[in-house]
Amino acid sequence: MEEAELVEYFRAQIREDPDVASAVAAIRSLLKFLKRDQSETILGLRENMTKAIHRLEETDSSVAVSSGGELFLRFISLTSLEHPDLSQCKNVMIERGELFLKKISLSRGKVGKLCHTFIKDGAKILTHSSSRVVLKVLENAAADNKRFTVYVTESQPDSAGKLMAQKLCNLNIPVTVVLDAAVGYIMEKVDLVIVGAEGVVESGGVINKIGTYQMAVCSKAHNKPFYVVAESFKFVRLYPLNQQDVPDRFKYKADILKTVKDLNQEHPMIDYTPPSLITLLFTDLGVLTPSAVSDELIKLYL
Amino acid sequence: MADSDGRQVVSINHSTEEDVKLQEVVQAKCEGKELTKEEKQRLRKEKKQHKKNKKDDRGPPEKEKEKEKASVLAPSKPATQSPAHKAAPVPVNASASESPVAAEKPAKSKAEQRAERRARQDTERASKQGKKEGGQQSASSKPKATPNELQPVKRLPEHIQVDDPAALKKLAKKLERQQVPLRSDYGYKVSLFSHLHQYSRKNPPTQQISIPATVIHPSIVRLGLQYSQGIIAGSNARSVALLHAFKQVIQDYSTPPNEELSRDLVNKLSPYISFLSQCRPLSASMGNAIKYIKKEISNIPSQCKEEEAKRRLQECIDSYINEKIILASEAISKYAIEKISDGDVILVYGCSSLVNHILCEAFEKQRKFRVIVVDSRPRLEGREALRRLVKKGIRCTYVLISALSYILPEVSKVFLGAHALLANGYVMSRVGTSQIALVAKAYNVPVLVCCETYKFCERVQTDSFESNELDDPDDLIVTRNGKTHLENWQTVKSLGLLNLVYDVTPPDFVDLVITDLGMIPCTSVPVVLRVKNVDQ
Repeated sequence: MEEAELVEYFRAQIREDPDVASAVAAIRSLLKFLKRDQSETILGLRENMTKAIHRLEETDSSVAVSSGGELFLRFISLTSLEHPDLSQCKNVMIERGELFLKKISLSRGKVGKLCHTFIKDGAKILTHSSSRVVLKVLENAAADNKRFTVYVTESQPDSAGKLMAQKLCNLNIPVTVVLDAAVGYIMEKVDLVIVGAEGVVESGGVINKIGTYQMAVCSKAHNKPFYVVAESFKFVRLYPLNQQDVPDRFKYKADILKTVKDLNQEHPMIDYTPPSLITLLFTDLGVLTPSAVSDELIKLYL
Repeated sequence: MADSDGRQVVSINHSTEEDVKLQEVVQAKCEGKELTKEEKQRLRKEKKQHKKNKKDDRGPPEKEKEKEKASVLAPSKPATQSPAHKAAPVPVNASASESPVAAEKPAKSKAEQRAERRARQDTERASKQGKKEGGQQSASSKPKATPNELQPVKRLPEHIQVDDPAALKKLAKKLERQQVPLRSDYGYKVSLFSHLHQYSRKNPPTQQISIPATVIHPSIVRLGLQYSQGIIAGSNARSVALLHAFKQVIQDYSTPPNEELSRDLVNKLSPYISFLSQCRPLSASMGNAIKYIKKEISNIPSQCKEEEAKRRLQECIDSYINEKIILASEAISKYAIEKISDGDVILVYGCSSLVNHILCEAFEKQRKFRVIVVDSRPRLEGREALRRLVKKGIRCTYVLISALSYILPEVSKVFLGAHALLANGYVMSRVGTSQIALVAKAYNVPVLVCCETYKFCERVQTDSFESNELDDPDDLIVTRNGKTHLENWQTVKSLGLLNLVYDVTPPDFVDLVITDLGMIPCTSVPVVLRVKNVDQ
């Protein structure tokens, strides 16, 4: 399968189902790539897969695609591939790939089920930008007949917050859009903050849309709980020490990385929130404290 | 020779309830030979009976099991059983009831006690005949059963119980039995740290032993001297030197007749370890290395021939050094170099072999950075680090720790070494490290600790008082402009000199720990310990 075909398939997946997580779409494309792959040896297969993952990362420079891809690769190759016949090995890998895909497609539902119990009746929730996982959580809470109001930040430069507000309106949840600069102003009114994540790093911190770090600092200053909801395939083996330490390939969009010379003039799209500001993380592996994330990562990756 | 005799005999006479048989033991020691098997056996039996007397108040079950064990074990070789046997009574007996029991002992006379004990033993042995089958199980379940039946007995290590006279007496007895000289403390100790040893470098531990006639292997004697005089310092250096000395010991070892290498060699190592801890308290890394060696030795199958066994042990030690220290430092450098970017200003404290290695590697890989070396008295180890880095060609700045808050706004990262990582995530390192981490946190500078996994230990400590090391207080005396201040500090009664060696840093101040397993947050140390235990 050609790389262009792969990218096209990936883009098609996202177009057809806008609700799907980009990592899930990436993994579906990788599975298709695996099925059509023509290599003669396992090593060749792995190399092709790695190249495919890199290609997808270039298309959509989100952390989730990178982490999802790596976890996929580990999951399928962590079995004992001792069959002498390559096609048998490939079948085993494809089987495990399907299993992995099925598991992660259900992860959003699991997170939603876990988190909505933390939303009490009459709660005022603040969230940032547009996250499908947070939407799922709020959907579950609303279905549970809880009454709550939501404040969403506008989240420039792409105004994703307005999209989120629209979706929430469709669910009949009272929602207000606030300016990014109004986070400090609104913090005293809200009871809790829930945000999604693009990536969860080894220290237990999260990488998310720019503005999340500010929100976390404000919520810490006001002593409001700061919750992060993320599926487990977003766990990534990075360990940033501060904002500068996050690799450039995640901070800026893929096309900008390729065309622009001086990145200092560009606005980064994500920031890093350190674990000291996060109260709890809701994942399909359970409700974790930031220090437990490292434990889970060791289990996932080792 | 006569001098050391006199000292030893005098010290024996000082202790109160010693048996007559010990005089014979003293004679044997004076001859410089090892105690013969019979004498050892007799000593053991006396100790056993002493302990059984003490355990009168503890209730019958433990005693029965023990006597049952004694009866089960008595026909078999006492030499092989003694280590296991000694292990069983010791945790039971540990620290607890010495004072109440010691009070009632002088009331009865020795002979009466012994007769009573023998009578009791006979009756119980008779009743135990029926329960013989339970004997095998109880022998193995005894260590498990005892903690359940007794209140949990806390056994504190001896080296932090220096102000407890009972613990000191126990130590003295143990050292005598092992024929290791007891080192005496020096100078006035600050009251907060009076539970720790404080030795002087001017009184080396080898003053009291006669080198040709001692039980301790010469390379161990040399190693002990190197530790106590500070010639070998630094966690990695000490462990590697220890392992090399043990290799020499194993090389020169020959199994006595009727003994098994796997059991006898472990027994031989105990007095050496006691001697080394008298010279300088063992570090966590040394403790882990010793545990590993003892495990390897006891895993030698009995049918293995001596030469083969010795070769195997040498290989084990070599591979331990290679894997846990040398290769680990390579892996850690690899991870650490990712964290060093061009234009960085890196602060290091003291002289950590691992951090120096990382910086040299990064420099070779063409990273552009400069280093600030922070140093402190009295050890001034930073000078050694400075020497090594400048030789490589790295741009360095040198400050004393008092200038720390002046220099920190320039710093982009702090790299620290560690002596040990405790199970609750605290980092034990050279004194001054926690100060650096604290100030760095206040300036929002990331603090990275580099530590190999063999330095992780199961201990938990939240402050620097509980378990530390006191160095020679005379090191603080300084001569400047011809005047020696503090020269007569001993004459001033209210003056104490404190020369601490280690301190602990809480995990909140540490941003990242780089180990050979990868980069982990400080709170994940117990996870690594758990994973390691599963591997082993």
